Amino acid sequence: MTLLEARDVRVEFASRGRRARAVDGVNLAVGEGEIVALVGESGCGKTTLARTLLGLERPTSGSVHYGGVPLAYSSRALRAHRREVQLVLQDPTGSLNPRHTVYEAVAEGPRIHRLPGEGDLVASALSRAGLRPPERFFDRHPHELSGGQRQRVVIAGALALEPRVLVADEPVASLDASVRGEILALLLRLRAELGLSALVVTHDLGLAWNIADRVAVMYLGRIVESGPVERILTSPSHPYTQALLSVLPESRSPVVLGGEPPDPTRIPAGCRFHPRCQVLASGAAAEAGVDGLCASGELPVLPSSAGSQVACHHAEARSARHEAEPETERL
Amino acid sequence: MTLLELRDLAVTYRGETGDVPAVRGVSLGLEAGEALGVAGESGSGKSTLAMSLLRLLPRNASVSGEILLDGEDVLTMSWGRLRAVRWASASLVFQGAQHALNPVRRIGDQIAEPLRVHGMATGAEARRRVTELLEQVGLPAWRARGYPHELSGGQRQRVMIAMALACSPRLIVADEPTTALDVMIQAQVLSLIRSLIAEHGIGLIMISHDLSVLASTCDRLAVMYAGRVVESGPSREVFTGGRHPYSRALAEAFPTVGDPASRMAPKGLGGDPPDPAHLPTGCSFHPRCPVSLVSCASEPVELRVAGDGTGAPHTAACVHVSEESR
Ligand SMILES: Nc1ncnc2c1ncn2[C@@H]1O[C@H](COP(=O)(O)OP(=O)(O)OP(=O)(O)O)[C@@H](O)[C@H]1O
Ligand SMILES: Nc1ncnc2c1ncn2[C@@H]1O[C@H](COP(=O)(O)OP(=O)(O)O)[C@@H](O)[C@H]1O
Ligand code: SF4
Ligand code: SF4
Ligand SMILES: [Mg+2]
Ligand SMILES: [Mg+2]
Repeated sequence: MTLLEARDVRVEFASRGRRARAVDGVNLAVGEGEIVALVGESGCGKTTLARTLLGLERPTSGSVHYGGVPLAYSSRALRAHRREVQLVLQDPTGSLNPRHTVYEAVAEGPRIHRLPGEGDLVASALSRAGLRPPERFFDRHPHELSGGQRQRVVIAGALALEPRVLVADEPVASLDASVRGEILALLLRLRAELGLSALVVTHDLGLAWNIADRVAVMYLGRIVESGPVERILTSPSHPYTQALLSVLPESRSPVVLGGEPPDPTRIPAGCRFHPRCQVLASGAAAEAGVDGLCASGELPVLPSSAGSQVACHHAEARSARHEAEPETERL
Repeated sequence: MTLLELRDLAVTYRGETGDVPAVRGVSLGLEAGEALGVAGESGSGKSTLAMSLLRLLPRNASVSGEILLDGEDVLTMSWGRLRAVRWASASLVFQGAQHALNPVRRIGDQIAEPLRVHGMATGAEARRRVTELLEQVGLPAWRARGYPHELSGGQRQRVMIAMALACSPRLIVADEPTTALDVMIQAQVLSLIRSLIAEHGIGLIMISHDLSVLASTCDRLAVMYAGRVVESGPSREVFTGGRHPYSRALAEAFPTVGDPASRMAPKGLGGDPPDPAHLPTGCSFHPRCPVSLVSCASEPVELRVAGDGTGAPHTAACVHVSEESR
């Protein structure tokens, strides 16, 4: 069952007199007990989409639904929403106040929401986050903790409100290789023990492979491919997903895309990836007769369904041909 | 001659609250045209090692051992000689270097700075060299007139690499050159570094906590733990067949996408990194080691031969690596 959902969400910002379409038409659903990874390069709109799902950003158009009900933006409704959907921040050092003890950091949420039994909530959140026995950590300050322990405190702070969904923005990017696996294992355990859902925002495909059920690949404000992790990460259909996978260290033939992360104030016409697309550049799109479409044919906004889907003229033409001539294609 | 050779290098930071031994006896060698990766978690002494190579450490650091650059000891050089060596023979790309550029100076002037200091080029000649360097790192010549804030993180890192290349050094030390960058930009910077080494026969020391990135870029790997090298050898062997339990834990931390063994099974290493001011006795890794023996808590272990003895040297500092088993 769908718990948290973005429906045709657009988020625009004014940027130096121009309109930045940071999120430009996205459908995305996180089911109960499901872990979804949102991947894509820096600046593609991942954090903006995540903030919108948390109610921290109001969509320019489209809507956010929780449990099937559209999110209202009164302060009371938002407060209720944030108890259910909790944010885990990118950088544990930056998101903890150096003068607060671990207890105070974790008790902040329960205090804001005036929940009874604060001490028990803090203790159980800390031990769920793997800081055991919790009492031993109550009086410590962030500087007395390792990077991994600080990230656990941040996660405990989110757990203290007993939410049903965690939205984690690059939860391990600032952590060392050795603690990274521990924090990811914790997210899996929380799902197993509490049935927690999670949306994990990252540019790390290994992380998606490690913990996510489903992956959505974002490019310049749109989701260009999504589906089950096993499927998308082992046989990607979108040229952008293919390129992302090809630059992993163990890959043999990297497709290093040139240029810089694209600009949301100048989204190209047609397929927004076309100025950098290696399939178009190699002539493969022309061979399939779709190069004209690449440059000017609008692509639909993908629905939020759970199956594999891709927004690419070339992939579409190939699968159409595949259906028409299954025999020859399989040879 | 070996381009760079470290012999028993040790660095200790002297502090009011006691001494911090950050690097504790490291011996390594690097040939021209070779790339060596140095891996290890935060605090293991990687940056201290890098800074010591050009004597860039703060004053409270005391250094011992030998750092032979083309046979000449950096530690005993005169200041004049050291100035000549910096940039011209060896240069450093710092950790977090994207923030190290001067915000109010034009990019071209900053790249030309080492040329000017070393009297290698001025005026039109320097400008030509800057254009050439920008081209080498894949930036258009007009960027020379721009300022750092106009660049993305990846572009700034390229400018730092252009600066490091300015005086055609024979050794480049790059400390976490891609850690803050996103995957595609990281791939751009890494392929740039790889092609520069191949084309110019530069020796490279690259530092990172991501073993998979190092393995894909470097010929050899050295894994550091608590200020020591605990394993060193050919990249492939250390990355896929590490003999030290810590190397294995680092390698497993980054899964291979598509590998069924790591699907829904993230792997980490329990426990906390050691505090260099209070190091565990015996093998420093023993409190976190999944295969430690009783003796590990009291008996230190030196590097031992770990390869099959036929190929390039491979060593690891663990009791489970016995000389006979090779
Ligand atoms: N408040 C804002 N005002 C103007 N532009 C913004 C604002 N917030 C985000 N943007 C722009 O929207 C785009 C998407 O930003 P976002 O932070 O969502 O990216 P991201 O995918 O999370 O990137 P990263 O991987 O670097 O965290 C970027 O181009 C960014 O510069
Ligand atoms: N200027 C300094 N004064 C005192 N201690 C330092 C200084 N710089 C680094 N250290 C300590 O030396 C150890 C190694 O640090 P560093 O070389 O930066 O490690 P790495 O680069 O592997 O993360 C750490 O314990 C660090 O706290
Ligand atoms: S639609 Fe065309 S340009 Fe876009 S990703 Fe597909 S092949 Fe490339
Ligand atoms: S020497 Fe002992 S403690 Fe150290 S790595 Fe080997 S088994 Fe583990
Ligand atoms: Mg972000
Ligand atoms: Mg460092």
